[in-house]
Parts: sequence; C-alpha cells; structure tokens
Amino acid sequence: MSLRGKAAIVGFYETPSRKEFPDRSTNSLLAEVARGAIRDAGLRKEDIDGLINAEGTNSLTLAEVLGIRPRYNTSVTSHGASGATSIVVAAQAVSAGLANYVLCIFGGSQPRSSSRLRAVSQAERPSGPASRATEWEVPYGPVIAMNGWYGLIKQRHMFEYGTTMEQFAKCAADERFNGAANPNGIWYEQPVTVQDVLDSRFTNDPIHLLEGVMPVSGAHAVIVTTAERARALPNPPAYILGMGGPATNHDVIWQEDDITVTPVTMSAPNALQMAEMNIRDVQFAQFYDCYTVLVMACLEDAGIVPKGEIGPFYESTDTTFKGEFPINTDGGQIGAGQTAGLGGGFRHVVEATRQVMGRAENRQVEKSDVCLVNG
Amino acid sequence: MAEYAKPLPRQEEPELTQPFWDAAKRHELLMPRCSFCNKFFWYPRAACPDCLRESWEWTPVSGRARLHTFTLVYQAAHPAFQDDVPYAFAVVQLEEGPRMMSNVVDCDVANVKVDMPLMVKFDDVTDDWTLVKFRPA
Repeated sequence: MSLRGKAAIVGFYETPSRKEFPDRSTNSLLAEVARGAIRDAGLRKEDIDGLINAEGTNSLTLAEVLGIRPRYNTSVTSHGASGATSIVVAAQAVSAGLANYVLCIFGGSQPRSSSRLRAVSQAERPSGPASRATEWEVPYGPVIAMNGWYGLIKQRHMFEYGTTMEQFAKCAADERFNGAANPNGIWYEQPVTVQDVLDSRFTNDPIHLLEGVMPVSGAHAVIVTTAERARALPNPPAYILGMGGPATNHDVIWQEDDITVTPVTMSAPNALQMAEMNIRDVQFAQFYDCYTVLVMACLEDAGIVPKGEIGPFYESTDTTFKGEFPINTDGGQIGAGQTAGLGGGFRHVVEATRQVMGRAENRQVEKSDVCLVNG
Repeated sequence: MAEYAKPLPRQEEPELTQPFWDAAKRHELLMPRCSFCNKFFWYPRAACPDCLRESWEWTPVSGRARLHTFTLVYQAAHPAFQDDVPYAFAVVQLEEGPRMMSNVVDCDVANVKVDMPLMVKFDDVTDDWTLVKFRPA
C-alpha cells in the first residue's frame, strides 16, 4: 500500500532563532511551539494523540512536560535527518490509525557558543567512554564541530569534479540572501556576497567559516494528520506525496565507499517513485545544509543535475526565493541558523510547509506546489 | 621525551585492537583480513563487514598508500594541536584497499595533494604509543 497523499501537515509554528534565550529553558521554547502549532492547525491540545521528538529527550518525558497523553510516541535517531524523518514516521502512524494528530517537535535553549565549548571539553576530557573515534580519529587532530569531515568531502569533490571555491561560496551567498529576508532567522537583514564568503577565514582549508552554520536556540513544530482529517481543518493541507528513507550508508564519513556520494541516491528515487513524479516536477527544494558541500552533493544525488555538475549549476542559477529554482528559501541552516536539539534539519520541513500553504509572505516562491525536502 | 600533550588512542575494545598497536610499536602495519572472503577491512570489529564471519586475521600490508582526501586544519578541536596548524588531517587509502584516518607528515602543507603517493611513517609519540602516519612516497 502506497502512502502517497495519505497524510498532510496541517499547522506549524516556530520561534525566532537566537544565539541564546537567556531566561528561557528548552521546555519553555517547546511549550511555545507546541501551543502555536496546535492553534495554527485549528485544533485543541486534547486532540493531539501522537508525539515525535528528537533523540536526547525521552518522548514520554516530553509528553509529561507538555501535558499530552499520546497513543503513539517515539524519538527519532537519525542525527541531523531526525526532523525530516519525524514526518516519515508521523505519516506512517496516522495512516495506520495509531494516532490521529501527531505533534512533531524539535528545538532547544542552550548558552551562546556552547557547542564549541562542548566540543573542546569533549576532546580534552581524559576519561569518558572510549569509542571508534577516540581510538582511530582523535589522535590525529580533528577540527572543531563537523568542519573537518565536510572539508574532506569538499576537497574530494573539488578533485573529482573541478568544483570551485567560488561555486561553493555562491551556495552560501544565495542562502544568506534568503535568510536576510527571514525575520525569524539569525542573519535577518545581513546578506553576504560570494566575495565575503571567500574572504572569511578557514577553520580548515577548504572550509570557510561562512560555509557552515551558526548554532542557535529556538524551536519548530508541525502537526501531521490524515488527508481526510486535514480537509476539515482551516489551513490548506501540505500533502505528503512521497517519502524515502531514512537512508544511510555509514555512520562516519570516512567509511563511505565514495565520499562525495550521499544516501540521497537511495532516498530521493524512493520518494519520487511513491509520489509518482519525476525530479523535473520538483519546483523548489529545502535541503539539509550543515555545510555548502552537503546541500550541493545531496542536490546532485537527488538528480537535480548529474553527479559532479552542481558547481556550474549554482554558478548559472539563481537559487534564491526570487530565482528560477529556489533552494532553502528561509535561509536554511547556513542562512538562518542551526537550531539546537536537532531542530536545524526540521526548519526545512517548516519552511516547505509554509511555502506550500502559500504563507511565506515576503519570500513566497512563485511556484510552490511541489517541494522536495531532504533531512 | 618531552611530555606528549595530545590525546593518545583510547581503545573501546583493547583485546580486539591491541595487536595493531603492538605491531605499530615494532614499526609494522597490520590490517584485518577476512579468512573467508580474503578482503581487507578497516576499522577492526568483531566480524567481517562483508560476510559477517568472525574468522579474520591481522595481516601485514605494504604501507604504500594514496591520499584519498584531506583538510588543512587551522582550528583544531583539541588545543594541544594548535601549535601544529596548519596540518593535514587525512583519509589515506592503502594499496590493499582499506581507508584510514591519519596525518600526512614530512611535507610542506602547500605540497599536499589529493591522490599523491604515500608511505607509512611510524611516529613513536611516547614510550607506549606509536601512531601510524604517512609521508610522501
């Protein structure tokens, strides 16, 4: 049985992304977006009988905090892809009748720059559990955050396909253009140029600082229900036409057979097949973007362009919300911030919903019927 | 020997991986090789990731390799590496097939290039530990 069009997103809400919310806890932000999404969907809290959140917080604990009594609950464990994966899980749950209205909720409140401090303290910590990383990676001096791993991918992409620094920088500049029009984003009204990206320092060559993300606090939530129930609610439903994944080849990048190839080679064809669509039917894309090279490699693997040709694509294509093929129209993580609690990837779900519902206001794309989302 | 401030390998399964480090100390490079499908693999784990049989053996390899990819580090996660920046944090592909994380050493970073031929270089960082690094071949 195909799940094509069986489920829909019927409401969403997000807080602004900020470097920190000094007086607010994670539970405070999550309560706000839960309340906001339920209200936006035209529902009452008692209607919510499904809850999906990020690994790190037990979903039963969160249900208790939010005062929800779910018939169905789970936490997803797909790293950055958890947000998009929550929609796949929610669609299955409502289609199977395990829940009627599922709240998918991600976010967190953390101190400014805590992610860097945490990375340093983890690296310095003499004890703690030993792992594959502490034996085979750490002695050779990894880079802060995930910058090193994506530097390895970018270097190889440049070697194999001749992708240029300018082409990668164009991806960041387009996302920052979009983020500059997003009042909820961390870089609102702060666009950058290709040259600004190229002039930003290397955390590690070939990764410029502005090709990565700013860790932010904030939260995002949506409500998923069946297509039938969706039609009785006030918002135009954002139907989920096809899904693929979660898909993975390896847990660590250096174990990949081909380091420039992502699991999107599996997930995108699956999603398009279920949707009974061709990649040419996709009008805009919301793609996971922790670094420029990842969004670019994933777009290739989805078939937007043949493998290795994403550099020239960015060079010749306006991918802003005003352009011929809009990508990450809220700024994505590069242009609006990587929300704590695995909320960064979930912002792509929220923005896709906003655009498909026609509610993106100053950054509404012209053709907004079909979006491909990659978590 | 001056005190070594960088993190040393911490083993999750010492009984599994100690032969690798003992060999490195003797300046020999060993890799797990499945006795059934004859393939080398990396990193060491209980069962061959191809056939899931647990019949693999530590097998000597040539030490010849190519640089699969690398990044030049300016901002290391661990402060003890900061004196060395920029240095090459690398994925090295052995002639026998497996890829491992390492450093390219004995080479100006301006001359580090993807696909360059490499040779293993054992670095006796402490009395107890020898790290497996690579130099231009």
